[in-house]
Amino acid sequence: MTETVLRSTAEKRRFNVDMRALSPFIALIVLIIAGALINPDFLTASNLLNVVTRSAFIAIIAVGATFVIAGGGLDLSVGSMAALTAGVMILTLNNLGGGDVGTLALGMLAAIALSAACGLANGLIVTFGRIEPFIVTLGTMGIYRSLVIWLAAGGTITMRNYDLRELYRPVYFDSILGVPIPIIAFLVVAAIGALILYRTSFGRHVVALGSNEDVARYSGVPIWRVRTLTYVIQGICVGIAVLVYVPRLGSATPTTGLLWELQAITAVVIGGTALKGGVGRVWGTVVGAVILELVANIMVLSNFVSEFLVGAVQGAIIIVAMLVQRSVHRGR
Amino acid sequence: MESVLRAENISKSFGPIEVLSGISLDLKPGEVHAVIGENGAGKSTLMRVLSGHIAPTKGSLHLNGRPITFSGPVDAESHGIVLVHQEILLAPDLTVAQNLFLGREIKRFGFVDDKAMRERTRSILRDLGTRIDPDREVGRLSIADRQLVQIARALLVPHKVVAFDEPTAVLTPIEAESLFTIIRKLRAQGVAVLYISHRLNEVKAIADRVTVLRDGRHVATRDIDGLEPLEMARLMVGRDMSKLYPEKPATASDQPLLTVRDMAVPGYVENASFTLHRGEILGFGGLIGAGRTELFEALVGLRPGHGTITLDGRQARFRDAREAMEAGIVYLSEDRKGKGLLLQQNLRMNLTLAALEKFSRGSFLDGSGEEQALDKAIKDFDIRTRRRDLLAGQLSGGNQQKLLLAKMMLVEPRIVIIDEPTRGVDIGTKEQIYRFIASLAAEGRAVVVISSEMQELIGLCHRVVVMRNGRVAGEVAQGDLSEDSIVYLATGVHEERAAEIAAGHA
Repeated sequence: MTETVLRSTAEKRRFNVDMRALSPFIALIVLIIAGALINPDFLTASNLLNVVTRSAFIAIIAVGATFVIAGGGLDLSVGSMAALTAGVMILTLNNLGGGDVGTLALGMLAAIALSAACGLANGLIVTFGRIEPFIVTLGTMGIYRSLVIWLAAGGTITMRNYDLRELYRPVYFDSILGVPIPIIAFLVVAAIGALILYRTSFGRHVVALGSNEDVARYSGVPIWRVRTLTYVIQGICVGIAVLVYVPRLGSATPTTGLLWELQAITAVVIGGTALKGGVGRVWGTVVGAVILELVANIMVLSNFVSEFLVGAVQGAIIIVAMLVQRSVHRGR
Repeated sequence: MESVLRAENISKSFGPIEVLSGISLDLKPGEVHAVIGENGAGKSTLMRVLSGHIAPTKGSLHLNGRPITFSGPVDAESHGIVLVHQEILLAPDLTVAQNLFLGREIKRFGFVDDKAMRERTRSILRDLGTRIDPDREVGRLSIADRQLVQIARALLVPHKVVAFDEPTAVLTPIEAESLFTIIRKLRAQGVAVLYISHRLNEVKAIADRVTVLRDGRHVATRDIDGLEPLEMARLMVGRDMSKLYPEKPATASDQPLLTVRDMAVPGYVENASFTLHRGEILGFGGLIGAGRTELFEALVGLRPGHGTITLDGRQARFRDAREAMEAGIVYLSEDRKGKGLLLQQNLRMNLTLAALEKFSRGSFLDGSGEEQALDKAIKDFDIRTRRRDLLAGQLSGGNQQKLLLAKMMLVEPRIVIIDEPTRGVDIGTKEQIYRFIASLAAEGRAVVVISSEMQELIGLCHRVVVMRNGRVAGEVAQGDLSEDSIVYLATGVHEERAAEIAAGHA
């Protein structure tokens, strides 16, 4: 009985699966056409490169979030983690005091180590404490955020060494062969992410874990290690995003990274990754992050909606994306 | 006698596929009418048409001689036709009484009247011959009791026709026997009972008439007198089924491969000891809840437990399934859909999940190697799939089991533990699975078969260990294998009573 029903919907299902993978790309094209119609300045290379550059932080973080979510988890702490990492990185650079490449490398290393450790903490608490990831990362979100406020004493943490700032600035503002470095960074992160998720046994284990934890366990998948590692990957991605973010302003404030978790999760969901786990789409996530920034850009360039409502529109997008995902899912 | 419900030339299509074609069936008051057929023969679809869950594409239904169409299951229920579902559809956190009246609560001044509902529940359950506490949460009942609650819920509305969809799939013989008592009681009250099953022995025991379906078509309707299970099987499959079980391979040895001493699983198993020899098929019998599944899950590290495990003469301990697999032991869960396969993923991913390291080239997965493995698995295990990019959840129960077997055999185990190998599997596939299990033993591997089907244990195994209430109650050697001997150990009931129960199934 069940089999026969499925048989008759098989044709439809194939169509739907394609739709699910394609929909973020279709949405991207529609947005670009809409933007071009609204304002002729939109479709210039400088504007588009600017949009993609601005999306780089979220895209890099969202690649990590793709692992966590595909594995059936959730990380709400990424925004706070980014702020804490940026703050500690700048404080480290200031304390080292030098203005040379070695100092910068040490600071970067400290940033990646801290964010990886923050991710590891999330992962270990979720895995060994057996607590819902929503609750765990809600808690660490508060912890990381107030740590950075405490470090900044409520104010701003700024890079003090002028030489170092000049040395570091190009990482956000320069281009290689016409492509801004942040874009290169995010393409590299996405490519590595896709390689790990699609082509390694670890990636396969992540998807299996998100698909059905019991089946994964009965199949001999080391579920504790896999789950913890997804949060570590998320942490490392946050660290990389921070490396690209810090040279932009050269400072960290208590509001750095505010609502980045919303944007990262939105990018992942727009990209077609199932929020309940079991499906991960790295390139969809990347497109999702670009879509979010495109929407903001179009809102600025047009006069339809106040740009102060960007957050509201992005919030609406995640709800719409979920509705689309569910209707596509129901069709299966 | 005039029929109460009659189906005339019922056809049902889903899209271009016709799953029922021209089925006619009549149900008389006071009869038990069994509908049998392999999985996919259309039994459940027919049942759903008769109970108003789906409308037929062609044909008509007649109630008491007058044509009728049902707008839905609620409409059918109001005409006295109720369906007892195969799956347990109860809210586990609500009490028995709350479940019974869910959606049709008795109210007093606009508030639910718990006292009245509790009293009604108690009296209905008493009529069914059980003493389940109406205030107990359903999640804390045994599977058999949950099924009784489900039946009670169905019988709450006035009923002329009661349809049971594979009601004994999760019941042990004794529990099934009390269900048959209920069915006989219904029959005596003049209710027409429609009974879907593919357990032919129990059809023989309970039914008055039998309708056989094959591939959505009506094959035969016969009186039960003179219709033996073997003939039913032949009608269902369309060929001779006398040789369901293969020859037992003569490879059973005395060399112990795995010895388990004093295994304990908190809350489930105490002091379980047994020995598994090379090349043998060892059966594990007992009632559901006897602790068989828990014993083996603890053995392979899937749940906490302690005891002495000796493998190849050396002490061993497995902390998770991975360690057990590395030692050459695989466990195939009885819960195929929940613990065996990723239903939302494709066949290839499911096949290689437990043995991914065999499909790695350097750090990366070898996609073409996986594809070749899938080709080989489809051929070797006769997995019938229309397209190779289907999801595992879209396979039939039998093909899912074959896929699960293929998946675990990629681990190249020496010891294969199969929990309920043929649950929800049609008879044709059963035969294939039995032959496969026999070939595993013939290759020198050791196989443990955990089964609630007596015939399966007797037909397939060299020896059967029987568990009762978390303890090993005894062991039946090949020469003594019989339903009597197993039931006696499983229940501790005296021989005469055991024979009586067995007779109900013979």
